[in-house]
Amino acid sequence: MSEFEPKIVGLVCQWCTYTGADLAGTSRRKYAPNIRLVRMMCSGRADPAFILKVFEMGADGVLIGGCHPGDCHYIEGNYKTLRRNSLLKPMLAQLGIEPERVRLEWISASEGERFARVVDEFTEQIRKLGPINSSSQAK
Amino acid sequence: MAKKKLKIAKYWADCCGGCDVSLLDIDAKILDLAKIADIVFWPIAVDAKLKDLEALKPGEIDVGFYNGAIHTSEHEHIAKIMREKSKVLVAYGSCAQMGGIPSLANFSDRKGLFEWVYHDGPSNENPERVEPKTRVKVKEGTLDLPELFDKVRRLDEVVDVDYYLPGCPPHYKRVAEVIDVIASGKLPPKGAVLGAKDKALCEECPRERKEKKIKEFKRPQFAKDDGKTCLLEQGILCMGIATRGGCEARCINVNMPCRGCYGPPPESIDYGASVLSAVASIIDSNDPEEIEKIVGQIIDPAGTFYRFGLPQQRVRT
Repeated sequence: MSEFEPKIVGLVCQWCTYTGADLAGTSRRKYAPNIRLVRMMCSGRADPAFILKVFEMGADGVLIGGCHPGDCHYIEGNYKTLRRNSLLKPMLAQLGIEPERVRLEWISASEGERFARVVDEFTEQIRKLGPINSSSQAK
Repeated sequence: MAKKKLKIAKYWADCCGGCDVSLLDIDAKILDLAKIADIVFWPIAVDAKLKDLEALKPGEIDVGFYNGAIHTSEHEHIAKIMREKSKVLVAYGSCAQMGGIPSLANFSDRKGLFEWVYHDGPSNENPERVEPKTRVKVKEGTLDLPELFDKVRRLDEVVDVDYYLPGCPPHYKRVAEVIDVIASGKLPPKGAVLGAKDKALCEECPRERKEKKIKEFKRPQFAKDDGKTCLLEQGILCMGIATRGGCEARCINVNMPCRGCYGPPPESIDYGASVLSAVASIIDSNDPEEIEKIVGQIIDPAGTFYRFGLPQQRVRT
């Protein structure tokens, strides 16, 4: 076990990003196996407390996936996530976690290819950052 | 035969002394307390010394109140003695319960604190770089000081705690109620939070609430408060939305926003994240750039949202 394999948790909305992930699967598109998806009713359900909890449990990165702006099944759940994410990032930095460990992406149900690309990119980005708590100041 | 008097003890660790005063704030009730209890140790009020506390038998104190966070070896030592000697140990106030204001020191460590307090602070003049040491030899003999730890801890990170009494300081009416409960001997299950409600402060807030939409966050001193509308709706960061009630909105009644001293309600996963979530979602904009700008008006998010309890936060600094 020499090479670091990032553990990534995806908190994704069932209407868009989760369906997009499904499409990536049915299209037989290969992508990094590092992500563990958690299906949520809406990206607006991805409470910042969940993100902190996921980091506490040892995840190296968190991907939040929602519908494109204007497309939310619940009208503005994804905007709420956008606002929370903007405030969460500076707070994470203060707590010693690189804000780059959280990534918010809008991926629709038809964007299977994009889902796969985002997961691949994000996995590589986290691989470069290294395991949580090793590179960060957190002890 | 008169009922045997309770023995109580109170100690202050890393704190401001406000918790000790809050026990005196119960007014005439303090006489009732004197009727039902003997105070065997309380540095701010009675003349018992540490050796008197150490001389007690294990479990001899009926109720020990510990206020303040654990920051030095002395705090830790006395916490352990209080635990050993007390049948019931209560974490009294925000600092013992959650770390409190002193725990904001956890953004740094001992070295960082010393650098600022003894050297870099703008009012310092310390060319010989004098710093406190745990042992110093002087002409008259050797002096010992407690050691300062790198991190501030809650009481329950050091010893087993039976009950929590939140607040900075706890509201005097809640203190009086808790003393009644203790006197009656009908104690709730271990681990309970005493003297606080399970619902958020908004439940008991006297201000008018309408729809919450915020275009700008203002610091209280720069806001023109109309005296009756919800402070958060006026753009003043009020944490009552994610904080336990029980304090009777005493800050809001003097036109100051809630700063969160009563801590999270029972179901909360992470206090700071709950405040963040609630505050951010009412920002009145869907434009990423504008949101960034509004969010930027909250200068110190972690220090604000975890003001009374950095050690409670999940991803530890």
